[in-house]
Amino acid sequence: MFGDYSLGDLGSIFVMQGFAGLILFSVYVLMALGLAIIFGQMGVINMAHGEFMILGAYVTWMTSNLFQTYLPGLFAGYFFLAMILAFLASGALGMLVEWGLIRHLYKRPLDTLLATWGLSLILQQAYRSIFGAREVGVELPPWMLGSLKVTDSIEVPINGVFVMCLTVLITIVVAYVMYKSRWGRQVRAVVQNRIMAGAVGINTEKVDRYTFGLGCGIAGIAGSAFTMIGSTGPTSGQLYIVDTFLVVVFGGAASLLGTIASAFSISQTQSTLEFFMSGSMAKVLTLLAVVGILMLRPQGLFALKVRK
Amino acid sequence: MTNARFATRSELIGILVLAVFLVVILPLCLDVFRLNLVAKYLTYAFVALGLVICWGYGGILSLGQGVFFGLGGYCMAMFLKLEASSVENTKIQSTPGIPDFMDWNQITALPMFWKPFHSLTLTIIAVILVPGIFALIIGAAMFKRRVGGTYFAIITQAVAAILTILIVGQQGYTGGINGMTDLRTLKGWDIRPDHAKIVLYFFEVACLFGCIFIAQFIRHSKLGRILVAMRDKEDRVRFSGYSVANFKIFAFCVAAVFAAIGGAMFALNVGFMSPSFVGIVPSIEMVIYTAVGGRLSILGAVYGTLLVNFAKTSLSESFPELWLFGLGGLFIAVVLAFPNGLAGIWQDHVQPRIDRLLSSRKPKPAAGWTDNSVADGAPAE
Repeated sequence: MFGDYSLGDLGSIFVMQGFAGLILFSVYVLMALGLAIIFGQMGVINMAHGEFMILGAYVTWMTSNLFQTYLPGLFAGYFFLAMILAFLASGALGMLVEWGLIRHLYKRPLDTLLATWGLSLILQQAYRSIFGAREVGVELPPWMLGSLKVTDSIEVPINGVFVMCLTVLITIVVAYVMYKSRWGRQVRAVVQNRIMAGAVGINTEKVDRYTFGLGCGIAGIAGSAFTMIGSTGPTSGQLYIVDTFLVVVFGGAASLLGTIASAFSISQTQSTLEFFMSGSMAKVLTLLAVVGILMLRPQGLFALKVRK
Repeated sequence: MTNARFATRSELIGILVLAVFLVVILPLCLDVFRLNLVAKYLTYAFVALGLVICWGYGGILSLGQGVFFGLGGYCMAMFLKLEASSVENTKIQSTPGIPDFMDWNQITALPMFWKPFHSLTLTIIAVILVPGIFALIIGAAMFKRRVGGTYFAIITQAVAAILTILIVGQQGYTGGINGMTDLRTLKGWDIRPDHAKIVLYFFEVACLFGCIFIAQFIRHSKLGRILVAMRDKEDRVRFSGYSVANFKIFAFCVAAVFAAIGGAMFALNVGFMSPSFVGIVPSIEMVIYTAVGGRLSILGAVYGTLLVNFAKTSLSESFPELWLFGLGGLFIAVVLAFPNGLAGIWQDHVQPRIDRLLSSRKPKPAAGWTDNSVADGAPAE
């Protein structure tokens, strides 16, 4: 299968496909980060996670439209405001959902799965009623268009680079919040032992609500970033949800590093394979490999060593 | 109560009522088109029945039942498709005698894995064995390593996603996104006219009752009790010396085979099979049938399936926008307010009244001790 390409060509192919894989990696990481917080820390399976992401995407789209109509002078910078708004909108909706739905189901994880699936159906239909069934795309600010020419045969698009930088930044912020801040310590305390955490004065209900809100907010940012590289429709979120769950489970729930490592390996495998066979077969092979490895090693790549 | 009893008196009455409803009332009240629609719904009832055993009693939530439904359906559809694409029917193709979609995709010979489906006997064996063995492999790999609960649900979901992508992607071998259409005859007997639909409906109802009896038997046997014990306190069952994994694998395989029979019935009754019945969305929808009927109730599964599907058809015909809201709300309502579904409502509100009306007789002990426990579906860990 390599016969038709020269060595230089192959190198360029791998770099370009690797880069395409890196963009996929960024989306996976952004989505999986929120999910890793919610699923890894709280044990809640949020099947509506994709819809929280799409909410962020729609918020970004609306912001870009607003800027285009009323503030065309500041259009270049709309994305940063949109991102913050997306975070707030998804986070607020997340906290509402936690209060109305999730908190009644903490002891029944499988039922949470069904309830959040119902929620995702409702949200999808709400998006369809409000924004229409057609996919919408945002107009990129001019500085994000075009591509960087690295060598003669290698080009990387600027929006991809931007999304990647954003991913790195958000990952660092989340890691800091979870592992260094006082609030992150409270979250981890609640995860490890809810009763004891309550006994030392942590308001566990509040921590739950903010944790869920944070996870959903990050999904909102993911949706915001998603608009940079693809268009948004009411059901776009559903396409990613299973992949994202696999990323989280494959990495080992409750481990941020594992999530990143598994997002990287899955996205790279898939995009490299995609060049040599049809996209669907590449996806099948990748997912099969992940499921196969999970059958051999159910705890995922990076497992926390805890006594059960 | 004796252990080996097949069904309590009230369960027998329930089965009888369902039989009268399906065999007498529905065929008398509905025209052939509607009856065929019911036949389509009932194919999902097989899946729901399997989920009662696997999820309600075993505590294993599988979100990939569409996989088994699809495998069974595709096995049957492959047989029907081969019969429909005999050499004289496909004269105009560049390679006569192979299914039309293969011809469109420049495949010139029948692939190896299609060959056994020339024979009806082998097809029927395949409908049972292929999904059964597939479930055995997945189950053995997962349960032997004590993977359960949410992880299992996610993995089965991934399997559903993989199979859908595979079927859609391998258009030449599977018919792709369109699936296998234009199925005509079963051993020379045309399955499309009205009288054939009626015969197929009764055949399906007979199979459904076969599966109901098997489910009843499992539930009232010692096996059923171990399943419930395992769902509620897995470790205690393990410490008592039972192999928890093997029981789980068994429950999962039974559910898979039921689903596959449903799929095969679907191919026969509806006349086509497509990947849209395999993926994640239909698989989760199948879980809601069980949840609405009551995850612990064998007969409830049938009623739940019929009810949700009737609602779906009538709502999505007249208010397509409302249907998804309704379905989503149903998921949430069933989980939050009625964890035992219709059967739970029946048992808490209707049954006591009936009992009071009939109270001239001596009060009996509560029917089916398993039905009194509110399950959360997940084994405690």
